[in-house]
Amino acid sequence: MSDDSNNINLTLEVWRQTSPVDKGRFETYEAKGISPDSSFLEMLDVVNERLIHDDKNPITFESDCREGICGTCSLMINGQAHGPNKGQATCQLHMRTFADGDHITIEPFRAASFPVIKDLAVSRAAMDKIQQAGGYISVSTGSAPDANMIPVPKEAADLAMDAAACIGCGACVAACPNSAAQLFTSAKVQQFSLLPQGQPERWQRTEAMVDTMEDFFGTCTNHGECYEACPKEISLDFIAFMNRDYVKAKVKNRSLSGQTH
Amino acid sequence: MTATMNSRTTSPALNSLVPDGDIATKWENHKFSMKLVNPSNKRKFTVIVVGTGLAGSSAASTLAELGYKVKAFTFHDSPRRAHSIAAQGGINAAKNYPNDGDSVHRLFYDTVKGGDYRSREANVHRLAEVSVNIIDQATAQGVPFARDYGGLLDNRSFGGAQVSRTFYARGQTGQQLLLGAYSGLNRQIESGAVEMHNRKEMLDVVIKDGETCGIVTRDLLTGEVESHSAHAVVLATGGYGNVYYLSTNAMMSNVTAAWRAHRKGAFFANPCYTQIHPTCIPASDDHQSKLTLMSESLRNDGRIWVPTAFDEARLADGIPEGERDYYLERKYPAFGNLVPRDVASRNAKTVVDEGRGVGPLKNGVFLDFADAIARDGIETIKAKYGNLFDMYANITGENPYERPMRIYPATHYTMGGLWVDYHLMTTVPGTYAIGEANFSDHGANRLGASALMQGLADGYFVLPYTIGDYLAGKLGESVVPTNDPVFKNAEAEVADQTHMWLSVNGTKSPDHYHRELGKIVWDRIGMARDKTGLEKAGDEIATLEEEFKKNVRVKGDSESMNTEIEKVGRIADFFELAKLKARDALVREESCGGHFRVESQTEEGEALRDDDNFSHVAAWEWNGTDAEQTKHEEQLEFEHVALSQRSYK
Repeated sequence: MSDDSNNINLTLEVWRQTSPVDKGRFETYEAKGISPDSSFLEMLDVVNERLIHDDKNPITFESDCREGICGTCSLMINGQAHGPNKGQATCQLHMRTFADGDHITIEPFRAASFPVIKDLAVSRAAMDKIQQAGGYISVSTGSAPDANMIPVPKEAADLAMDAAACIGCGACVAACPNSAAQLFTSAKVQQFSLLPQGQPERWQRTEAMVDTMEDFFGTCTNHGECYEACPKEISLDFIAFMNRDYVKAKVKNRSLSGQTH
Repeated sequence: MTATMNSRTTSPALNSLVPDGDIATKWENHKFSMKLVNPSNKRKFTVIVVGTGLAGSSAASTLAELGYKVKAFTFHDSPRRAHSIAAQGGINAAKNYPNDGDSVHRLFYDTVKGGDYRSREANVHRLAEVSVNIIDQATAQGVPFARDYGGLLDNRSFGGAQVSRTFYARGQTGQQLLLGAYSGLNRQIESGAVEMHNRKEMLDVVIKDGETCGIVTRDLLTGEVESHSAHAVVLATGGYGNVYYLSTNAMMSNVTAAWRAHRKGAFFANPCYTQIHPTCIPASDDHQSKLTLMSESLRNDGRIWVPTAFDEARLADGIPEGERDYYLERKYPAFGNLVPRDVASRNAKTVVDEGRGVGPLKNGVFLDFADAIARDGIETIKAKYGNLFDMYANITGENPYERPMRIYPATHYTMGGLWVDYHLMTTVPGTYAIGEANFSDHGANRLGASALMQGLADGYFVLPYTIGDYLAGKLGESVVPTNDPVFKNAEAEVADQTHMWLSVNGTKSPDHYHRELGKIVWDRIGMARDKTGLEKAGDEIATLEEEFKKNVRVKGDSESMNTEIEKVGRIADFFELAKLKARDALVREESCGGHFRVESQTEEGEALRDDDNFSHVAAWEWNGTDAEQTKHEEQLEFEHVALSQRSYK
């Protein structure tokens, strides 16, 4: 606050929608005197504070940790999921990315399986469904062997960690022209498929999670927009791994249930 | 063996249920003596778990595996978003894989000492015992802990510990452990054993004939107020750090569930205990919404300093060596920049208060890597801290390879919480508190990498045993139906509150009052506290609370998603908590761990305990909105760890 001279003025076009059934519309707001050191969501906090001061309803948007790990925040900013910078969630985007006088369009994540709840908040419940379908290793508390019983090659552990870095924000779906969830699902499937602990249920898990994904989301046609939008830069390779495993799973699972041979 | 010097007595209202016998076998023996619920009877019991962080997810999934009917609640859209997700550093366990002399006893000893002798020995020993099982469980779930080239688990030393007992998963150990617990929860949701309620906030605990019978929730999408009945309720709802407004907690972290239980009779213990983390990024302006923590491993190579001159106008590189004050190295030659969190934090506050702070708002101190870069080369520093340097550059717009970082302490964790006995039950029969929501294991100061350990210990390995002892006595009792007057009355109260807030129609937003409250709490009940300031805090908070109730403006309606309604209720509870926090800090006329009373310090400026008078847990009993809480004391006995005074010279 010691130096306000760098502050910038912006014009926002914000999507407002009172309920899931409301048609929705853009509304224009002036965001004046914004510190370039503030985050994008802090800029929206300021706009909301002023709306409340003017006795108007604040813009509904969701966020929680504000450090890029919980995956709660979303937003399409000028048509890009989580805004223009690579490897960042919206909460990590700072206003110095923008110039004085910029117009910024702010919309919710758009996908048929992400219905709008209100303004910029959407439901991403379908992502939980995919994980409930098999995103786990069946190990009840107390039954685990000593942690060092099963060595895991460092490369496999590191690759599993790369997949596990997914924060479940849904940017991959929002960025995809088909609203596909392959990047998310593959990260969740492959974390387990890469580890020895994940092998016993590997084929059932892969089939169940992919099939559930297809109940809700579109088809992957290899645009790669998901990777561009991903705040954790999850690799497209996981999709290839998952597709390969899915084909194998289809065969193996039939064989396991006695339908072939 | 050193007997405690304590001559006071425990309040009859607080029975800790700590079993007799040798501390090393106490928990094992107690597990045998507790009542069991037979496997076919477990399905007759319903347990509600509120919160789905590490403690809540692990408890809900484990109880479901055992055969109990579980209803789990989170106010998030998914259980995976709970704030446990943000923990960076790691999780302690007494595995002794590195063969460097660690043991259950050493972890127990370090935790009691680190807590500045204000925790319950028996609970801490149990925590150290089950720590090893947590690592086994998480690894079996597929948590991708760091490994060495032989494929075995890697450990590191953390937070000044003299052994390497910390397991980690890059800088996101919290997310990985939570995803592990969440995967176990998903398995139980899929099987139908857990009924999962997302986007529902618990707003009351319901009690009938002195026993817990359920909760009242508000649906955050529709505003619908609902009752849910159960034989027991488990609160795993986290800490109260956001009473400071600016903290490293997530935006929605709050004290509401714990506080509503407090108002129903659960004693609230040690609210003055708060951990302040020294290496956070200073606030940039008044609209800052939260503070970001950077791993304190940075202090291994960074040197902390401020200018010797007051109101220095030059940038760091323009200040010659002779005009810099490396105050930690100067005051603590043995430990230097690696003094414990509370000592580093208080010293930063001292120099900033003197007017020697740095940065545009003069609200930070330098953490300078120039010497380390000259010594080890930029590539080495990049390999060690690259992700933290990137995070800093992104938030501040400054390049920390070229100019020193600016850091300042921020609230990070709260050691106080609902008082619980050895079974983790609160003073309300049938209401349990686990994880950060309870008070029990960290005393007055928590060691690094111990929060994840405690949350999972409670949820996986303690509560699932102890809750059976309570439920076994209720065999044959059905749950209280939700049309019972106790539920209907509680629902009406919750609905009335919502409408009351909407009808105030004042002039200032809920956030405004939260920010103003936070300023008082930070200034008066922050890193250093004194009698005058604490007395003023009580008055200032009460005055602001009056204004808040008369002048808050809550926009929107109660029938659709409305984050303003969510906030206003949570802030109202923070006001009540803040008043109690000020009182608790005022009557604890000693310094211990994260509670520093200026009047009680050694000549070296260290926290000076008064074991004769304050070797106790202060547990506060609610007496109604218009009356002050009553203080009860649980005396702490130290039979296995000798009390000593810390020194870091």
